Amino acid sequence: MVIPMLRFLKLCSLLVLLACLPACQTQPTDDALYHELGGMEGITRITDNFIYEIGFDKNIVRHFEETDLDRFREKFIEQVCELSGGPCRYSGDSMVDVHTNMNITEAEFNQTVDLLIAAMNRSGIAHPTQNKLLALLAPTRPDIIYQ
Amino acid sequence: MTTLRYLLAGGVLAFAGWAQAGAGKLQETAGVTQVEGSGGGGLVPWATLSGYDTRDEWSSSVFMTRVSLPDYRLQVFGASASIYDRLELSLARQTFELKNVPFGEREINQRILGLKARVMGDIVYGNWPQMAVGVQYKELENDAIASAIGAQDTDHGTDLYLAVSKAHLGVLWGYNLVWDLTLRATKANQFGLLGYGGDNNDSHEVMAEAAVAALLSRQLAIGFEYRQKPDNLSALEEEDAHDVFVAYLPNKQFNITFAWADLGIIAGEDNQSGAYVSLTGYLW
Ligand code: HEM
Repeated sequence: MVIPMLRFLKLCSLLVLLACLPACQTQPTDDALYHELGGMEGITRITDNFIYEIGFDKNIVRHFEETDLDRFREKFIEQVCELSGGPCRYSGDSMVDVHTNMNITEAEFNQTVDLLIAAMNRSGIAHPTQNKLLALLAPTRPDIIYQ
Repeated sequence: MTTLRYLLAGGVLAFAGWAQAGAGKLQETAGVTQVEGSGGGGLVPWATLSGYDTRDEWSSSVFMTRVSLPDYRLQVFGASASIYDRLELSLARQTFELKNVPFGEREINQRILGLKARVMGDIVYGNWPQMAVGVQYKELENDAIASAIGAQDTDHGTDLYLAVSKAHLGVLWGYNLVWDLTLRATKANQFGLLGYGGDNNDSHEVMAEAAVAALLSRQLAIGFEYRQKPDNLSALEEEDAHDVFVAYLPNKQFNITFAWADLGIIAGEDNQSGAYVSLTGYLW
């Protein structure tokens, strides 16, 4: 009887761990992530590398054929700066408005995420810091794909 | 079963004609292949599907797994197709070799046909976990051992499961954390290798299975799994299984998992724990 009991307890502790996960998630209330990304300078470098990576991806870059890249650069920097707790206000259009009629697929969205990851790698951003930014960008997906 | 196999192969080929093969999911999010051929984990089928296909794509994979235990060796080969990030179809063949058997049957073979459907949610995106339901239809090729040890059904058995999985980005000091919880209705003895049902119990019981993993990078995951198992035969005690694993997923074409699996007591032999190695390759 003792052994099955122990097994049961092991399973229970695992379940408790799982149940606590949502509570363990904390939203950054300060500008820690902004600084981890290297502030304005770091975010600018990530964005430039991102644009560079997009330029080499023939599947993704076709969406940007008629884009004003200076504007994209400025708005993307603002957005990342604001999301990471930095001293900016995003002044661009809503994600839905911007990406409407592009019919961006799920695969293209993920491919773009990969390009952003490549850009962050190129900028020397640590893996945990990358994840924290990706966690903040992930909720934009429903506004961007298949619009 | 042979007819089934041809139907499956034919279906896959016909499908290839008009659907687009692809690997649009994020790196690591297809997971690996579990011991019965379903997308998982190692011991546990997760809610993830076996391929990197998105809702516009399909994909296919092959895998092989070997578990080396003190008194037994389990080898598994299989193939799987995953369609529109919705449906997974898998076929696996397990060979369970017995050591120290001087005469008679030295191995047990089991075929498993798996079907899994993603019901809702996405492992990465959105607030809800990914949820899937699945079935594993298992058929023993040789029933001598299952009969000898007193299994009720020595021919075939069916497992049904509900799996829920989620990745939480950056929650573990910035690392991504993945969990899975699976409930399986089964009466399989030792995964079905020793038949289905016994004198202690001959009906489907719900077993809990769970996994947690930390993604150390976009290529490396470590984790722990637990799989509750029935104990249907009064003569041969059966224990729950668990494992700790390291999975290396260098790209979307290939991954390899190393684990230490503890399957407990098997057919009277104590402490059956040993090295687990599994490879999955993605075809297109
Ligand atoms: C995490 C996901 C994404 C975020 C946060 C994001 C963010 C942005 C921002 C801030 C802008 C500028 C808005 C403005 O000008 O007011 C923009 C524009 C644009 N985005 Fe995205 N985007 C994402 C995903 C994608 C994807 C997957 C594609 C295509 C594959 C894409 C294609 C474009 C294009 C082509 C423009 C320029 C639109 C124009 O020419 O006016 N974006 N995006």
